[in-house]
Amino acid sequence: MSIIAESVRLTGPTLRALILERLGQIKCGRYAVISIPGLWLAVFFFIPFLVVFKISLAETAIAIPPYTSLFEFDLEEALLEISINLGNYRYLFEDDFYLAAYLNSAKIAAISTFFTLLIGFPMAYLIARSHGTTRTLLLSLVILPFWTSFLLRVYAWMGILQKNGIVNDFLMSIGLIDTPLTILQTDIAVYIGIVYTYLPFMVLPLYTALEKLDGALLEAAQDLGCKPAQTFFLITLPLSLPGVVAGCLLVFIPAVGEFVIPALLGGSDTLMIGRVLWDEFFLSRDWPMASAVATVMLIVLVLPIMLIRNNAEKQGEAA
Amino acid sequence: MSLYTAIEPEQAEACADGGASVPLWRQEGAEPFVKIENVTKKFGDFTAVDNVSLNIYKNELFCLLGGSGSGKSTLLRMLAGFETATSGRILIDGVDTSGIQPWKRPVNMMFQSYALFPHLTVTENVAFGLRREGVSRSETKQRVAQMLDMVQMGHLGKRKPNQLSGGQRQRIALARSLIKRPKLLLLDEPLGALDKKLREETQFELINLQYELGVTFVVVTHDQEEAMTLATRIGVMNQGQIVQTAEPHEVYEYPNSRFVAEFVGSVNLFEGKVVEKAPGSVRIDSRDAGTTLSNNHGIDCAANQVVNVAVRPEKISISHEDPEQRDNCVRGKIEDVAYMGSLSLFRVRLDNGFEVRVTKPNLMRAAAERFTWDDLVYLSWDEDSSVVLTS
Repeated sequence: MSIIAESVRLTGPTLRALILERLGQIKCGRYAVISIPGLWLAVFFFIPFLVVFKISLAETAIAIPPYTSLFEFDLEEALLEISINLGNYRYLFEDDFYLAAYLNSAKIAAISTFFTLLIGFPMAYLIARSHGTTRTLLLSLVILPFWTSFLLRVYAWMGILQKNGIVNDFLMSIGLIDTPLTILQTDIAVYIGIVYTYLPFMVLPLYTALEKLDGALLEAAQDLGCKPAQTFFLITLPLSLPGVVAGCLLVFIPAVGEFVIPALLGGSDTLMIGRVLWDEFFLSRDWPMASAVATVMLIVLVLPIMLIRNNAEKQGEAA
Repeated sequence: MSLYTAIEPEQAEACADGGASVPLWRQEGAEPFVKIENVTKKFGDFTAVDNVSLNIYKNELFCLLGGSGSGKSTLLRMLAGFETATSGRILIDGVDTSGIQPWKRPVNMMFQSYALFPHLTVTENVAFGLRREGVSRSETKQRVAQMLDMVQMGHLGKRKPNQLSGGQRQRIALARSLIKRPKLLLLDEPLGALDKKLREETQFELINLQYELGVTFVVVTHDQEEAMTLATRIGVMNQGQIVQTAEPHEVYEYPNSRFVAEFVGSVNLFEGKVVEKAPGSVRIDSRDAGTTLSNNHGIDCAANQVVNVAVRPEKISISHEDPEQRDNCVRGKIEDVAYMGSLSLFRVRLDNGFEVRVTKPNLMRAAAERFTWDDLVYLSWDEDSSVVLTS
């Protein structure tokens, strides 16, 4: 009643000014809310990235830090010298080694992501279909490994996979093999390590997507003539696609730059960009080269994924 | 190849007309289309459906009416094949359905939530069943267009379900469930999510559609008004059992138990003891009414048996003057008046404290004003108007 009375009284210019002011407040409020993650991104992602990018344009020098400065200002002559060195990038594209490392990283990450999805989907499906305490228990089991150090868990896998480790002992005891298999220090060990480590990142978004799936939709599909397999491919899978995409990105992106797993489980020939980066930084002490590797990795591998994701989200909103 | 009947609308109409003179369920020895035989469904210790036997005939619009937890939805889900009976069997068109998977049944269901596939357009949703059946693209296209026109949604084919209103979704769900021309269509609270006005319109459309297509409908609802308007017959369910199966007017006018009388519509129940019994009539001494009540239906009861006399509020006439009637007349004071437009509702407190509800149609504009708070009134009804309930 009072609102109506008020709006009747406030007509013409007064009302318009009031509405505009109110809209202004709403806008300000919105920006304030967005500014927090924006600030976070700027401080912890954008500025560090710019620093890395800057280093990649420098040259190595025997100094602390071990690279030349881009800008040099001569006070007497009032001369600002800007030296930008693109040599690192040229070298990056000329030497096949780096291209091979990039491609191999992408391959290992992609295959690992595929297997993570293959194992993670049934897990997530089971958790989403379970009820009450069972569901809580299963979910906490998925998260449980995080309570132990990541490094320790990878070391544990070394124990499991080595020549006289649990896997070989078991296979030999049941008589499947006579001589122990070489698993450790091969690409297979890297796959196992990545799939194991990143499984929770796949299961959780998948679970969220599957949990929202209305059981009536599955029944409706069956009612209209779908066998269970058809129901899965026509209804369950398309509707859980946002979860699949999120899970795959959460696994693929960090897996590409993974360093610890290939270093501990992989062989000397397991070529991954994370290791190349590490070697450039700490063995060659070539910071500019390492920075160039990092910059290119970000642009070549991560940027397209971000764009795809962005696009998918827009489509999702339109639907 | 298909288990589905290929009834063309014209043919269906012909069948419907043929049977219209005497409905199948009134014919002795008519073959039921759906035969539910001693079906029980248990979930652990809980018996959801308790030894139900029911016949549903071709072209019927059968309503299962009951409160939540009465087992009506479980029964429907057993017809669809989503639940398996613990014991007993269900025959559809003479075929025992036990062991037949939902996707192989000649039955379709319209879900309470509509269950439209959110990632598919309206056209794709409606075409879904036909595509699975392997119907050719051109035929699918034509049949989908025809079906969408029938539910007046032809212009919305490209939309996604979340771009539709509740009423539009309901029509699309109906179109999707009818596209395969099922022998039996199951509808779970088909109008439950619509607002009152839309519900009234849609009710009649549903009846017309059912009549035109000649499909047998089984509707589950908790709304007795909906059941009354839609149904050819109603099965009232309570605690897993069907307590009465009858045509709508029969369920209302001749409820067979206290539960049905109270569940369907509103009713005044007077408890009393049988004092006089003759063939075709009975007199009951009721302390609730404070007088003797009589009824001229043939009742199967013994002398001195405690029974309930049910009288619907609209069957009672209200007056200021004593109608000087021997039985079925009580006196009280108007305690509450509710003016509801088309009729007025009076709550009358009898001298002994018992409350009686009476409704009176407002035939004339000033009619409602004749009776008001604290008026002393006489309430009376015909021998014919009450029902004596023994259970």
